[in-house]
Amino acid sequence: MAKLSLEELRALRAKESARLEKRDIHGKRVHVVVGMGTCGIQAGAKVTLNSIVDEIEAKGLKDVIVTQAGCQGRCDMEPVVEVYTPSLGAVAYGKVDAKLARRIVDEHIVGGKVIDDHRIDLEG
Amino acid sequence: MGFKNYILVCGGTGCESSKSDLIYKTLIEEAKAQGVADQVQVIKTGCFGFCEQGPIVKILPEDSFYVKVKPEDAKELISEHVIKGREVTRLLYNKTPKKPLEQVEDIQFYQKQLRVVLRNCGVIDPEDIDDYIANDGYVALEKALFEMSGDDIIEQVKISGLRGRGGAGFPTWMKWNFTKQAEGDVKYVVCNADEGDPGAYMDRSTLEGDPHSVLEAMTICGKAIGAHQGYIYIRAEYPLAIHRLEVAMKQAREYGLLGKDILGSGFDYDIEIRLGAGAFVCGEETALLQSIEGHRGMPQPRPPFPAVKGLWGKPTVINNVETWANIPVIIAKGGAEFAKIGTQDSHGTKVFALTGKVCNSGLVEVPMGTTLREIVFDIGGGIAGGRKFKAVQTGGPSGGVITEENLDTPIDFGGLQRIGSMMGSGGMIVMDDSDCIVDVAKFYLEFTRDESCGKCFPCRIGGKSLYNLLDKITIGNGTEEDLEELKTIAHAMQKGSLCALGQTAPNPVLSTLRYFPEEYEAHIRDKKCPAGKCKKLIRYAIDPNKCIGCTACSRKCPVGAISGELKKPHSINQAACIKCGVCRQTCKFSAITVE
Repeated sequence: MAKLSLEELRALRAKESARLEKRDIHGKRVHVVVGMGTCGIQAGAKVTLNSIVDEIEAKGLKDVIVTQAGCQGRCDMEPVVEVYTPSLGAVAYGKVDAKLARRIVDEHIVGGKVIDDHRIDLEG
Repeated sequence: MGFKNYILVCGGTGCESSKSDLIYKTLIEEAKAQGVADQVQVIKTGCFGFCEQGPIVKILPEDSFYVKVKPEDAKELISEHVIKGREVTRLLYNKTPKKPLEQVEDIQFYQKQLRVVLRNCGVIDPEDIDDYIANDGYVALEKALFEMSGDDIIEQVKISGLRGRGGAGFPTWMKWNFTKQAEGDVKYVVCNADEGDPGAYMDRSTLEGDPHSVLEAMTICGKAIGAHQGYIYIRAEYPLAIHRLEVAMKQAREYGLLGKDILGSGFDYDIEIRLGAGAFVCGEETALLQSIEGHRGMPQPRPPFPAVKGLWGKPTVINNVETWANIPVIIAKGGAEFAKIGTQDSHGTKVFALTGKVCNSGLVEVPMGTTLREIVFDIGGGIAGGRKFKAVQTGGPSGGVITEENLDTPIDFGGLQRIGSMMGSGGMIVMDDSDCIVDVAKFYLEFTRDESCGKCFPCRIGGKSLYNLLDKITIGNGTEEDLEELKTIAHAMQKGSLCALGQTAPNPVLSTLRYFPEEYEAHIRDKKCPAGKCKKLIRYAIDPNKCIGCTACSRKCPVGAISGELKKPHSINQAACIKCGVCRQTCKFSAITVE
């Protein structure tokens, strides 16, 4: 590695900070949980997860973390995605395909509106 | 997409001694074997502080905090957590799945803590300079080199109110300013990493978890005072810290953050490591400088202070590791920002190594002004085994005991001095009612007696005399006159010793005499040790009403001092008993008593 100039050090920091940010939970406002039980994966949860992560990266959203969880007990509705935001609380969606995944990011996380027709009740 | 999960494995010495290195390697192997090597990054990081629960493994972004992890758990962590996204609840600290957006900081151990010095410990990989840079590393150096003059830098340190964390609490900016103003072309910067208090490991953990912060700070100081060479004096017993420092220095040189013309600024600066042989006295700054020069580590009279005449007779700034680790934050965020933390008397935070009879021993960083009660009971979780709190020793062998009545004293330099102790470097040893206070004083005097360099007689002879008197009291031969003599010798040592080792060595004696006179009296007048610790003054006996004659104790007794028939009460032959206490630990019926 060659010696750095001031500009190179700043460029390196910008790049590395973005990398470090992905491991950091602090200051995150929104938490997206994708059900990745056997039932979820079979129903396509991996595609769902990737779509959500890609869409968040494409939109440059910094305050969202995406994590996985096991089966939530609604195997008939998999892939299941839960979204937690301070304003809307916990909302769960069922049968989330790649298209709906992108809508969740656009309309729910960015727009702050629940997509009513795909909402499911996890408690029931 | 990049990594889905990040696994942080504690690479501090405490966790490494319980196989965290093997856990780290096994996690990498398991990730490969289970085909998810491209989805998970395993990172070895610095001390999380929660040593009691180690080895610690933290998985992000879920922020799952796994404790007491074993190498054989690696397989399950990968297959369950990483692949299926299910937390392995049996390994979690609170054994229940986390709620969304709940953070590790919500654990009570972390709630009252504020991590400034340890900001990168448990966050970055200390052996990867890119991780340090990512977390605002070398931002302060940029500012210092390109935007600030030497006086600007010293002004910010002055505004911050930072005082030396090595024990004495001398204002850091004044040391820098004296050295800057001293005559001479050649000046030096020294880092004191000769941490020697029994039970203290703040500096080791800082160097192991965040070596670059110290390198960056020393370089900033070099710019401020006009020095081009720094030395880190570290004891050879800290191999992991030395290794991490060496790796960090190599990476910094490759990036041109050490060496000639740093970042194209025209400023040259480099750092070398000097290994110490682990003598406690070499933590004293003049002895330390002697040792770097290759002489025997013996303190020199001050003045002249190192700021005027230090290493090889040149003006030298010498600060301890924790002081250095604060500097990048002060320069990057401004002294005023730093000064908002803490009390009027002492700004910033303090790191303590919390050990002894406390539930959660570990590395703790709190804002100045936090009370001892908060540290021992809220963060430390109170006294282990449900016993009763007796005292805390702060300041190591140079400090004193703090008792129940002073637990609500806010911790800062002045506050601790007023109650007869001192800040010291940050060792904090908690004692319960089974600790004998005379025995504790004897332990510290044995330490300072052995570590005295022998140069001046108040320390050399005084320390030995204090030890002998304490020993005499613990074996039941003490007299009332001995108490007076302890005080006389102690005051003479305080006044007559050359360096802080001798001046402060009597503190444990004076402070225990002040707070626990009745315990000394019990040893002298009644020939009893109330804590049941001093062997010559205690007697084990068997309560015939409780003993069922199970023979368990007589089989365990190493000297065959217990006899009796099966199913009948046993008895102890006092002449043969060596008072090891094994019978008491063995008995399931609480039939063994201590008097």
